[in-house]
Amino acid sequence: MSLTTRRSRMAAATLAAITAIGGLAACGNDDDTPAEGEKPEKLVVDTFGEFGYDELVKQYEQETGIKIELRKTAQLGEYRPKLVRYLATGKGAADVTALEEGILNEFKANPRNWADLTPLVSSEISDDYLPWKWELGKAPDGRLIGLPTDVGSLAVCYRKDLFEAAGLPTERDAVSALWPDWNGFHQAGQKYKQATGKAFVDSITAVSNGVLFQQGSDLFYDKENNIIADSSPAVKSAWETATSMVDISAKASTWSPEWSGGFKQGTFAATFCPSWMLGIVADNSGEENKGKWDVAAVPGGGGNWGGSWLAVPEQSKYPEEAAKLAQFLTNATSQVEAFKAKGPLPTNLEALKNEAFLSYTNEYFSNAPTGKIFGESVAQIEPIHLGPKHQAIKENAFEPAMRAFENGQASKDAAWEQFTKDAQTQGVF
Amino acid sequence: MSLSATTAPPSPAAPPPDVPARRRRGYLFNRLDLKYSPYLYIAPFFLIFGAFGLYPMLRTAWMSLHDWDMVGEHTFIGFDNYTALFSDEYFWNALINTFGIFALSTIPQLLMALFLANLLNQTLLRAKTFFRMAIFVPNVVSVAAVAIVFGMLFQRDFGLFNWLLGLVGVDQIDWRAQEWSSWTAIATMVNWRWTGYNTLILLAGMQAIPKDLYEAAAIDGASPWRQFWQITLPMLKPTFIFVVILSTIGGMQLFTEPLLFANGSIIGGNQREYQTLAMYMYEKGIYNLSTAGYGAAVAWAIFMIIVFVSLINFVLVRRAAK
Repeated sequence: MSLTTRRSRMAAATLAAITAIGGLAACGNDDDTPAEGEKPEKLVVDTFGEFGYDELVKQYEQETGIKIELRKTAQLGEYRPKLVRYLATGKGAADVTALEEGILNEFKANPRNWADLTPLVSSEISDDYLPWKWELGKAPDGRLIGLPTDVGSLAVCYRKDLFEAAGLPTERDAVSALWPDWNGFHQAGQKYKQATGKAFVDSITAVSNGVLFQQGSDLFYDKENNIIADSSPAVKSAWETATSMVDISAKASTWSPEWSGGFKQGTFAATFCPSWMLGIVADNSGEENKGKWDVAAVPGGGGNWGGSWLAVPEQSKYPEEAAKLAQFLTNATSQVEAFKAKGPLPTNLEALKNEAFLSYTNEYFSNAPTGKIFGESVAQIEPIHLGPKHQAIKENAFEPAMRAFENGQASKDAAWEQFTKDAQTQGVF
Repeated sequence: MSLSATTAPPSPAAPPPDVPARRRRGYLFNRLDLKYSPYLYIAPFFLIFGAFGLYPMLRTAWMSLHDWDMVGEHTFIGFDNYTALFSDEYFWNALINTFGIFALSTIPQLLMALFLANLLNQTLLRAKTFFRMAIFVPNVVSVAAVAIVFGMLFQRDFGLFNWLLGLVGVDQIDWRAQEWSSWTAIATMVNWRWTGYNTLILLAGMQAIPKDLYEAAAIDGASPWRQFWQITLPMLKPTFIFVVILSTIGGMQLFTEPLLFANGSIIGGNQREYQTLAMYMYEKGIYNLSTAGYGAAVAWAIFMIIVFVSLINFVLVRRAAK
């Protein structure tokens, strides 16, 4: 037993962090830069969550003879630090890299890390996508750094069997009619709680996500990227609406073990479902709950949670081929296939009009016509400006403060104060 | 190096002119071999230490003097990062958390290890090797696996510990919501993993104590309890301090357990109840792209704290040796 074993084991994670800070694999140009137009043997694609690319990648391999390595990371929280390391050291990034809207702006701030796709993709495709989504893929200096993949149009997933037991309607139109606004949602929740004694919605942070992203106005940042967390009306209204629902919350914050375990246990009867969440709800609930879930409209109508772009890092050796692959993965047919496989909602206008997309029903969710439900809601999405530290403010200031209130650790005022203070210090010291 | 210098043959200023060239080459090779090969033998350690120890440390020190954006600009700002550190309440919070968890994990752990080592040292004990190996098993388990399993045991709604508490009529505890409960939970993981390891080291120390001391004490009529206090403990002091230093270094760098306990949230609890120094370093250095320089300053602060605590230990060793 070496004396330093303990030290090295305990420090393994820390060491990794220090090494990353040190940027051990220092930047440098590789000598084996390929000749112009040379065909790559292999391209790497980095995604997080579920993009539904497994089959598409195989298809592309067969068509082009280029081997594709699809690297998946389960959560954005693990994905982001890896990406940071690749960019900081100039090595290791995939040729095609998925960027989520919460982190896109942060990476846009240094556009020189990304290849300008404008000369690499065919010029006609700029009209193929939702116009606002296309515009958000551009950096401040005008470079096109991302091709749109999906949007996270919002809906509510609810358990029909639990609704029935509480005497609430179960048919999806009738359920949608229960909550034309958030007040209606709250009342339905209170009715459910009275009848069953159980919590209605997973957490108030989930509610706040819903409210936050349907405002269509500035959230934590104004258009000049000043932090306006304490004065933003959208943030305040999300805060007020969400904190008012603490009485119907199961206090199981999204992604926690209480949350993923809660799906099977029926700890809550409703949760918010951007279309990419459908696959996750199905996985967490398991085969035994198949057909018990259904999809209804979100209170207040519309809203967007999540959604991504595909970018090509400047360090990619084959930017042209990578751009071609990105273009393939985001074209209309691919987006419909990805939607059918795992649920990410198309942003390609043609895909949104596609018959196969619109007529698609989700077997797990009681054959809900998810293509139609989400397809229609896309039109209502209003683009939101997120700002550079949006994700950090939301994850490390807004939601923790809200949870502190939800768990009774802080009064509402103290929690709000905690949030506004922490929002200012994200990304500065 | 003194060894190679003294064993080297006397080297004349120039080889005699009548020696054939072949023999001269062999002679030269021998000389080079004696003079330089010891350096080659020890080179691997220094190369590895240089690449993975020294270079990152110096680079981190250099970064800590900058306003350093991980994927963007770097501006030299001198010691501003360090002065900011002193008035940063979240840094102090992380420091207190780290020492709190450290105390909760080290003190019970070492007492337990001492007790177990003494038990394993009994001559009457059967199947010694089995017990000695069994006690070490938790240390072999991957830290992530430990943290995930304990994270589930300490769950609020369906966790085992809350279920057990429920059986005796105690209310559910939201383990992650207070400092004392979250520190206890994390300390439990550390204790589970490291008690066996420390037991083995203490046991080795105990076995190095000469048996005749105990025999003499027994003849003089000292009880086993008295023998433990008057012989085992004083003789074990150097080993004990060594174990304390290792625990200190491990405790100051605690990262994986609290991070996984927080479901991967780098701030460690809604109000940073259990964010450790290493987590704070990660938050500033890696999570926030634009504050990597500040994160590097936190990393150096951790280093200084470890050096400081180790120095205290060193002084204690010196005093114990006198």
